[in-house]
Amino acid sequence: MNGFLDMLARLGARATNMVWRGGVMARFFFLVLVNSGPAFRRLPLTVREVYFSGVQSLVIIMVSGLFVGMVLGLQGFQTLQNYGAEETLGVLVALSLVRELGPVVTGLLFASRAGSAMTAEIGLMKATEQLKAMDIMAVNPIARVVAPRFWGGVVSMPLLAALFSAMGIFGGYLVGVVLIGVDSGVFWSQMQSKVDWYYDVMNGVIKSVVFGFAVSCISTFEGFDAAPTAEGVSRATTRTVVTSALTILALDLVLTAFMLKPML
Amino acid sequence: MERNKYDLWVGVFLFAGFAALLLLALKAGNLGAENIKDIYKVEARFENIGGLKVRAPVRSSGVLVGRVQEIHFDNDKFQASVVLAIDKRYTFPKDSSASILTSGLLGEQFMGIEAGGDSAVLKEGDRIALTQSAVVLEKLIGQFLFSKAAEGGK
Repeated sequence: MNGFLDMLARLGARATNMVWRGGVMARFFFLVLVNSGPAFRRLPLTVREVYFSGVQSLVIIMVSGLFVGMVLGLQGFQTLQNYGAEETLGVLVALSLVRELGPVVTGLLFASRAGSAMTAEIGLMKATEQLKAMDIMAVNPIARVVAPRFWGGVVSMPLLAALFSAMGIFGGYLVGVVLIGVDSGVFWSQMQSKVDWYYDVMNGVIKSVVFGFAVSCISTFEGFDAAPTAEGVSRATTRTVVTSALTILALDLVLTAFMLKPML
Repeated sequence: MERNKYDLWVGVFLFAGFAALLLLALKAGNLGAENIKDIYKVEARFENIGGLKVRAPVRSSGVLVGRVQEIHFDNDKFQASVVLAIDKRYTFPKDSSASILTSGLLGEQFMGIEAGGDSAVLKEGDRIALTQSAVVLEKLIGQFLFSKAAEGGK
């Protein structure tokens, strides 16, 4: 009986802790927003972070996008062939990339490539007491360290998602048109007639912006909140990737449900 | 102005990102593809519109001349009322007929306009009098079976 009560108590403690962390993260998010003035007034700080989280993620994002598009081309062709609808391959590739795979896969890659780096960097700064030193020198570490990284991530994410989708469509074109031999004109014209620039492309962009906010917020918070030890930093980095991935997928479901509503 | 290596690369990154976005909207999407600016609206009433949707194409002789702008149910006449937005470049005789057609056997439905012989042309707010409802496949099969059964009874 006692063991059962203990188990219940542990469950309760976990749940309370989770809600508590959520609240702290929300407060941290507002703190970053309030303190993000310097990130824009001293633009070079933010530009530097766009370089680290955006430009340095370019290669992995573009190569992944190309591969994902090529796989979509191959798999889609196999299935569409059964219905004699090979010419809609372009529609399949473009819609799945622009609506779903572009924002989601880019978000996951971005969290593991740039988000984890942000967490580790901020966490290490905390572990080596650099953040404390800034505080003593009357430099607000959130304004100086966190806000530029946050906004750098927010700016990078939608652009990376757009590049991912564009590369994916190119990959689908390579496989579908160049390799398999779907007619090039039909491939593009079908795509243009079925992909709506607002419903499909803009909704994808909205998704990637939301994911950018989520991943940047989680990464900087986990770094700032990390226990100031080597182990603490490593745990925080792991948490960043896990929490970001779950958040992205959950948010994706919610956003998709809202966006598809007028078309039902 | 002082420039460091970050500025250049970030500039390249931003440029490439926005270029990709523009490419998606223009090349993959339909932004700027068919910008019908000057339109006139005509109405057509149907007994049954089948699966016709707003933004479905309006074609004449297979050429895109406009889009379905609005579909609503007219509660006085108990008919579907469809508003068509037609490109101003194209004019049709007043006695033209509108019918709901299907592209392919199972494809999407679109509005077809067949020109009549009148010298007066359709203007903003006019109504197309001659209409032909969507073909409902189930009804067609039902009729076929019915006529077969009738033949058998002879």
